[in-house]
Amino acid sequence: MSWLFSLLGSSVGKKWLMAATGCAFLGFLAAHFAGNLTVFGGPDAFNGYAERLQSLGPILHLFRAVLILCALVHITTGIVLFFQNRKARPVAYQVSAGAGGRTLSSRTMPYTGLLILAFVVFHLFHFTFVDKASITLFERVVAAFRRPDLLALYSAMMIVVALHVRHGFWSAFQTLGLHHPKYMPWIFALSLVAAFGTAIGFGALPILVAARM
Amino acid sequence: MSQSIRLTLKIWRQKGPADPGRFETFAAEDISTDMSFLEMLDVVNEKLILEGREPVAFDHDCREGICGSCGAVVNGRPHGHLRGTTLCQLHMRHFRDGDTIVIEPFRARAFPVIKDLVVDRSALDRLMQAGGFVSVNTGSAPEANTLPVPSDRAERAMDAAACIGCGACVAACPNASAMLFTSAKVSHLALLPQGRPEAARRVLSMVRAMDACGFGNCSNHRECEMTCPKEISIVHIARLNREALKAGFLSPER
Repeated sequence: MSWLFSLLGSSVGKKWLMAATGCAFLGFLAAHFAGNLTVFGGPDAFNGYAERLQSLGPILHLFRAVLILCALVHITTGIVLFFQNRKARPVAYQVSAGAGGRTLSSRTMPYTGLLILAFVVFHLFHFTFVDKASITLFERVVAAFRRPDLLALYSAMMIVVALHVRHGFWSAFQTLGLHHPKYMPWIFALSLVAAFGTAIGFGALPILVAARM
Repeated sequence: MSQSIRLTLKIWRQKGPADPGRFETFAAEDISTDMSFLEMLDVVNEKLILEGREPVAFDHDCREGICGSCGAVVNGRPHGHLRGTTLCQLHMRHFRDGDTIVIEPFRARAFPVIKDLVVDRSALDRLMQAGGFVSVNTGSAPEANTLPVPSDRAERAMDAAACIGCGACVAACPNASAMLFTSAKVSHLALLPQGRPEAARRVLSMVRAMDACGFGNCSNHRECEMTCPKEISIVHIARLNREALKAGFLSPER
């Protein structure tokens, strides 16, 4: 077992952990997006979807446990990497001019990551760990997005998630060694599609809900 | 057309590893645009010597872009702003009259400053000692055709082998990571039949050495490939990751 810990604790091993857990979150985002679409089917479709999800019982708990484990690994490793990387350059440059490699998205990864963590906690206490007996989830969602402050928060946060996805998506492939001259242009394009998909797919939903319901 | 330009230089001065260091400003007068960057520094140093002052220490050797000795950070860019060029091959025609140029040493925990712009890059030597070689029996050279290497594979290995070990990738990386250097060595040898037998041991040992030297971790910012004077691609970093995955999980090497 010690070989496994030293392998995963190495600089490349930590990046594999980030990439693998990041891929799990991308899968979760896709599933979450599909679930969100039921809101356009009206109250019955949306509440029905939420109830069926709850009725999965042990399977749901297993998925939650895996996601929580992935989150713990992703956050802890991310924080360790952040501090190790800062320590690797104790004296900063007087003039810092990039050569054109860094993007807004790659530069802000640790910060967008922390913002997403804070948002996820807020989101869970807002829609998941709530009383569902006296008010249906659909009513709760519609009521929330009628408030301009929550509407702005949710839509703005989706841009933050999109920035994180933009660099994380292609980065995961690179880190897992999946770089191929034929497919890399597609992977870059797909990371943009995933980012815009996140920003528009998730970000537009609160606005549409507020406008239509 | 050769011209004469005048520059203001802000150069990092540091007497030794223990000295905190500071920037000093120099006026570089009558600099021919045909000069290389290092020749411009020579002119500045000759003047300093005549004035009885300490010349600026900087690393250099071949001055034709192939040895990997030179390198400083010019206006925030290792080897200056010109793509695919070492500092010695950057010419003063790429600067304008009256420009202010800030010159700093490569900054990384693994590259401590020795003096002024000279840094200790022996961490890269330690990386080479950890696995940047092939083990072969000495004796007469074997018949060349016993180990066929397809031409395109030889070309890809050569793309990685073009690394001159200057350390600009580390200097350019926001995390001071040595992944491009290490991956160039791993990739160069992993692509050739002579390097395959030790490929698993090499990649694991070099990654361990890289971490022990105090380099940062790769975040795929791509600043390294944009800065590399030999334009080595991060394709090699992906190959290192792939080789390390194979070696770590599928080979008996630890």
